[in-house]
Amino acid sequence: MVDVTPDALAGPQGPKPRKTFSRRNIFLYGTLIMVALYYALPLYVMIITSMKGMPEIRLGNVFSPPVEITFAPWVKAWSEACTGLTCEGLSTGFWNSVRITIPSVIASIAIASVNGYALANWKFKGADAFFTILIFGAFIPYQVMLYPIVIMLREMGLYGSLSGLVIVHTIFGMPILTLLFRNYFTSLPEELFKAARVDGAGFWGIYFRIMLPMSVPIFTVAVILQVTGIWNDFLFGVVYTRPESYPMTVALNNIVNSTQGVKEYNVNMAATIITGLVPLTIYFVSGKLFVRGIAAGAVKG
Amino acid sequence: MSSERPSQLFRNKSAKIAAIPMIVTALFVFVGGTAWTIVYSFTKSGLLPRLRWVGLDQYERLWSTNRWLVSIENLIIYGLCMLVLVFVIGFILAALIDQKIRFENTIRTVILYPYALSFVVTGLVWQWILNPEFGIESIIQAWGWDSFAFDPLYNADIAIFGVLIAGLWQGSGLVMVLMLAGLRGIDQEVWKAARVDGIPAWKTYIFIVIPMMRPVFITTLVLVVTGIVKIYDLIVAQTGGGPGISTEVPAKYVYDMMFQANNLGQGFAASTMMLLTVALVVIPWAILEFGGSKNRG
Repeated sequence: MVDVTPDALAGPQGPKPRKTFSRRNIFLYGTLIMVALYYALPLYVMIITSMKGMPEIRLGNVFSPPVEITFAPWVKAWSEACTGLTCEGLSTGFWNSVRITIPSVIASIAIASVNGYALANWKFKGADAFFTILIFGAFIPYQVMLYPIVIMLREMGLYGSLSGLVIVHTIFGMPILTLLFRNYFTSLPEELFKAARVDGAGFWGIYFRIMLPMSVPIFTVAVILQVTGIWNDFLFGVVYTRPESYPMTVALNNIVNSTQGVKEYNVNMAATIITGLVPLTIYFVSGKLFVRGIAAGAVKG
Repeated sequence: MSSERPSQLFRNKSAKIAAIPMIVTALFVFVGGTAWTIVYSFTKSGLLPRLRWVGLDQYERLWSTNRWLVSIENLIIYGLCMLVLVFVIGFILAALIDQKIRFENTIRTVILYPYALSFVVTGLVWQWILNPEFGIESIIQAWGWDSFAFDPLYNADIAIFGVLIAGLWQGSGLVMVLMLAGLRGIDQEVWKAARVDGIPAWKTYIFIVIPMMRPVFITTLVLVVTGIVKIYDLIVAQTGGGPGISTEVPAKYVYDMMFQANNLGQGFAASTMMLLTVALVVIPWAILEFGGSKNRG
């Protein structure tokens, strides 16, 4: 393989000495650094605003760095910020989100991985028809199904409860996760599956003893996808839970957009960054796997 | 495939049992739920769904409600701007990053991180940055340009563009990543051939590379459009639909009608319109993508 760089601006006159500060490089890196700064700016603003006192905020602007660093806004946002009804900060919302996210992630991945496995290795008559419906379902605006699901949950006696919300997340996570797992299991060598069949392993035996151990990467991708997705959800949280079990995103919105009292921008920004912390940590730690997760939605099955 | 099948129903029993959640979701929630909503959009449902037929009344009322018309107008403005800009920005960034640059990972990470954040967080940060007293407007005025005015959160005429800025910041990283994957999928021989023929790089992009990336563009388009139609949390967090009704969107109309105004019928009719919008994009795409060839599993 000859390694040819597709230079954007260089002419077609063959190899030339590489200069670090060529005009092309200055333009290229200059643009990219500006872009990166623009994207990073809101994170910077969130962090510095959350560390300023209110008097300092009133004197300066959103970009001016803090003179006196204080963590009081963080404490207040966590434990005593008001939503208009109660003043218990974000902590309640945080624990609600934890209690919503963990079972939802487990349930949705367990169900979708078994679905994907059945679709990949145990295809039965009509399986593809259901799968196609499922994939098209991913494009239906949630608003269309909001109320029918309210009725279903009410019939089951789960409307307003955490289990109800877990079911909702499992349902709406199913299309993308099933696609993800189906594609992954299809890509595994078929001989493996056949050998296990010959040895007498059944549906669940093959799933637990062969497929699961081989699929750690795809399960990691699925966990990343689901944790960020469910943590960031707002609509389902607001529709299917009661105020005392609102997830963190809803609590955050209620704190910041509550119309009562003086606006404390530093507390608001502290609350905002605390809410963003979980997905951000996952994003920065997981790196390429996160990208794989979001690309999974775009790569056609 | 198999030539003999003893008992149809009980063949492959475990797989069928395992697929029950999928079947229930597909049939009862996705098909059933959608059909239910469409049926009830022709009824006079208020606080509770009731089967009192009123024909197209709900739709007539919907299309004569000012707030709905504003919502649609906003969705069109936001949607068109978002669509064009997110593709232009996403593609240019991908092309720049594809120049075998150093620190590629760092730059990609910085551009994509907003996508990990929720719309609520996005909306609130930009609400703060666009705050006229302390944000961008005040800074530029402090630099000496006193008449500079950019207060999209208080000026109804440009409010939707304030939301657009936030939406672009959050969503363009995704398009960049998908475009980059598309660019990386192009055979390097294409570039070599173009260089041998003396075709300038920008021409190679527009006339050779972009047409070759058609599948990536189409899937990205479908993702972006469905995302635009669903836009809800960003509006709630950043503007709450205001000032006045200047940033209302259809998804918010649906929610408010169903869960606050006790006007279910309107909510059903409005959500059916949203479904129709998505269908207009997704069905042609599906026919284009899967209709021609029957080789898909």
